[in-house]
Amino acid sequence: MVQLTLPKKSKPKQGKTWNKPVKGGNWREFHIYRWSPDDDENPQIDTYFVDMDDCGPMVLDGIIWIKNKIDPTLTFRRSCREGICGSCSMNIDGSNTLACTKGLDEIKGAVKIYPLPHMSVVKDLVPDLSHFYAQHRSIEPWLKTTTPEPQKEWKQSIEDRAELDGLYECILCACCSTSCPSYWWNSDRYLGPAALLQAYRWVADSRDEATGERLDNLEDPFRLYRCHTIMNCAKACPKGLSPAKAIAELKKKMVERKY
Amino acid sequence: MSYRTPLSNVKGLGTANEGSEHFWRQRVTGLANLLLSVFLVYAAFHLVGQDLPGVKAFFQNPLHLVLAVAFVISATYHMRLGMQVVIEDYVHNEGSKIGLLILNTFFTSFVALAGVYSLLKLSFGA
Repeated sequence: MVQLTLPKKSKPKQGKTWNKPVKGGNWREFHIYRWSPDDDENPQIDTYFVDMDDCGPMVLDGIIWIKNKIDPTLTFRRSCREGICGSCSMNIDGSNTLACTKGLDEIKGAVKIYPLPHMSVVKDLVPDLSHFYAQHRSIEPWLKTTTPEPQKEWKQSIEDRAELDGLYECILCACCSTSCPSYWWNSDRYLGPAALLQAYRWVADSRDEATGERLDNLEDPFRLYRCHTIMNCAKACPKGLSPAKAIAELKKKMVERKY
Repeated sequence: MSYRTPLSNVKGLGTANEGSEHFWRQRVTGLANLLLSVFLVYAAFHLVGQDLPGVKAFFQNPLHLVLAVAFVISATYHMRLGMQVVIEDYVHNEGSKIGLLILNTFFTSFVALAGVYSLLKLSFGA
């Protein structure tokens, strides 16, 4: 059976409180998942207090403030701080999103931060995404053609280009795939919403000449058909995309080519 | 410790080259069930309070018999397809999975055959 509870060594326990709020500040409480591969301890939930008068408005500002001012060992990925690199995806206040585009004012009470669900943790808020990236690699996310390359660019009409809207914006943050129960149970064989959205992005590209092979590669009870239209992916996507719709389009294409 | 590359893990045993047919049949039997359940409601209203000769008379109507048999076949086939997906989702031990998939086929086939036999007996039996 699928594992419905955490293994004993993965169960988080109460951690330590790093700093007590001092008088005069505008303090916000953060509960953050901590785990280190260097000791044999269970994960723990540490408590920090951030002075909002000294800190920017986003969750990422909060954890950078903690790293700079309280605990330099707190580990997380971040880069662009404006929702385009997809590095700072984590589970904030119960849903997967980007720390840099999630406002602290959107969260009631303490800010609870965990790594993306159901992934191996490298350290603290850093999940191991090797398998996720390999899934993206497996759908061959590049233009494939057999017609000799034109002198200039491959041309595309305005209408055909519009077909890629809602697909090309994906930043591979993995918020969708790691929010999907089907991906939790079967990510070894199910490609997951992010990779499937990318697969459809290339199926939908008017310049691509490998549509048939791309669909062949997905004709599988697990790779594509573990999607049960749960829609967590569309709900989680911090870019407002709908992987669920892209997957439905792939299924439609699969049926279309049969009849 | 495995030194397989992540891509090798993802590619696994390759595609099964099927899946769409299963998906399509689940939709078609779902639609059939929806339409046939209208007949089911009609039959239920007719059969409430009827004695055995009354029930037999109902199923001696060829249209009633055909629709009832169609419902039994469509519903049990749909049941088999749906349960197969649930088993594949949640049962990860290969042995148990194959065993349960076979049991699933046996069970739904038995329900279908018993249902069809009962309907035929009501319709044609003495």
